[in-house]
Amino acid sequence: MTETEIRTTVLRLLGDVAPEADMAALKPDKRIRDQIDIDSMDALNFLIAIDAELGIDIPEADYPKMTTLDNIVAYLSAKAG
Amino acid sequence: MAEFVMPILGADMEAGTLVAWRKQAGDRVARGDIIAEVETDKADIEVEVFLDGVIETLLVREGEKVPVGTPLAVIREEGAAPGAQPVSPASAPALAARPAPSAAPKAARRVVSATAGAAPVSPAARELARELGVDLAAVVGTGPEGRIQRKDVLAAAHAPREAPTAVPAAAERQARMRQAIAAAMSRSAREIPHFHISSTIDMTQAVAWLREENERRPIAERLLYGVVLLKAVALALREVPELNAVWAGDHPEPRERIHAGIAISLRGGGLVAPAIHDADTLSLTQLMSSFRDLVQRARAGSLRSSEIADPTITITSLGETGAEAVYGLIYPPQVALVGFGRLTDRVVPVDGAIAVRPTIVATLTADHRVVDGHRGSVFLAALDRLLQEPSTL
Repeated sequence: MTETEIRTTVLRLLGDVAPEADMAALKPDKRIRDQIDIDSMDALNFLIAIDAELGIDIPEADYPKMTTLDNIVAYLSAKAG
Repeated sequence: MAEFVMPILGADMEAGTLVAWRKQAGDRVARGDIIAEVETDKADIEVEVFLDGVIETLLVREGEKVPVGTPLAVIREEGAAPGAQPVSPASAPALAARPAPSAAPKAARRVVSATAGAAPVSPAARELARELGVDLAAVVGTGPEGRIQRKDVLAAAHAPREAPTAVPAAAERQARMRQAIAAAMSRSAREIPHFHISSTIDMTQAVAWLREENERRPIAERLLYGVVLLKAVALALREVPELNAVWAGDHPEPRERIHAGIAISLRGGGLVAPAIHDADTLSLTQLMSSFRDLVQRARAGSLRSSEIADPTITITSLGETGAEAVYGLIYPPQVALVGFGRLTDRVVPVDGAIAVRPTIVATLTADHRVVDGHRGSVFLAALDRLLQEPSTL
């Protein structure tokens, strides 16, 4: 899966947990939680969806590495690669 | 026979709109079945039935808005002959609160009396109703003692159907939710003598235990630390049971079962606080599963009536948005609310030395008519103690 495909998937799954948010307006290098009203339950559901869709298990210790769209995509690309 | 009435689904709920029937006349229902969808000012609720039987008659049309306590359907309980018994008011309170008879709306009086047999139906009218597909429960009888005659059936058949209440736009729903919250919280501030006490709890043990626990779990089974707090609250309530109660007008009524109302913020604003039933008896895994399910359904607008009506205490956490502590208002008729602030590192004394530890401020807001600060403090101490032994939760 290419980085572009991962980015598209991440945006779609984020949109699923925060359907009212405008994903097109998301700044990729800014903290997602500062831009979208999501809580820890939303974040967990997002990560569960990532796991289900991409088959990538994300240890809890790695959660701090996944704060922006860019670093999520980078993290998943490295794991998928 | 038993009446299935519009339940009260919030402290200041006065009426609800019957959005849809999930069951029809003649359907068998069992306790816990979802029988209808009701729209309140705060949410769409799936309403459950609390007995086993067969639906005899549906009394309210989809789209109608009726006051709390209005009979929505008549249910023939298991073993009763069809149409053999009058509606028994005595059986109805088991379903939901009922208003005084004088407060019953015109529509409710009409349909109940017809169902109960007080307004008889002439054989010709009954046959005509069957031919025309007219629901006799919705026909107003004009004969002696309200007897339904052929002309009444014809009038009903040709009468324009009442336009169902339009599904309100999001903005209108939002405004109505705000009004509902305003009403409940104004009542709370007006009627309840609140007091607040707080305790800063060292979360080192809980955080470490949770980290280790989640390392062992697949992602779909991981726990949020809010669930650990929830379980600790539920167990602490066993030690100070007077906090698990409702105020019944002039005295508290303790509740044996602990139904934790979880404050859930809704997308677009507003909140609901549906119950996780028997929270003290559930494992952390079960609690997490219930919590996920509840949040998902709260935001999808598919909560159940028991979840709205049953909470015996409310638990809220504002820590994720940065608040250090919560000093809330109690949701009537409950008598307490437990709040949690942000998990944050604080300098604390440990064994005579200074240490930096993850801590959280737990706040108890309680009704001073029911409990005093001493017992509230005992509760917070129990909460603290339980959180120092997370593996026992």
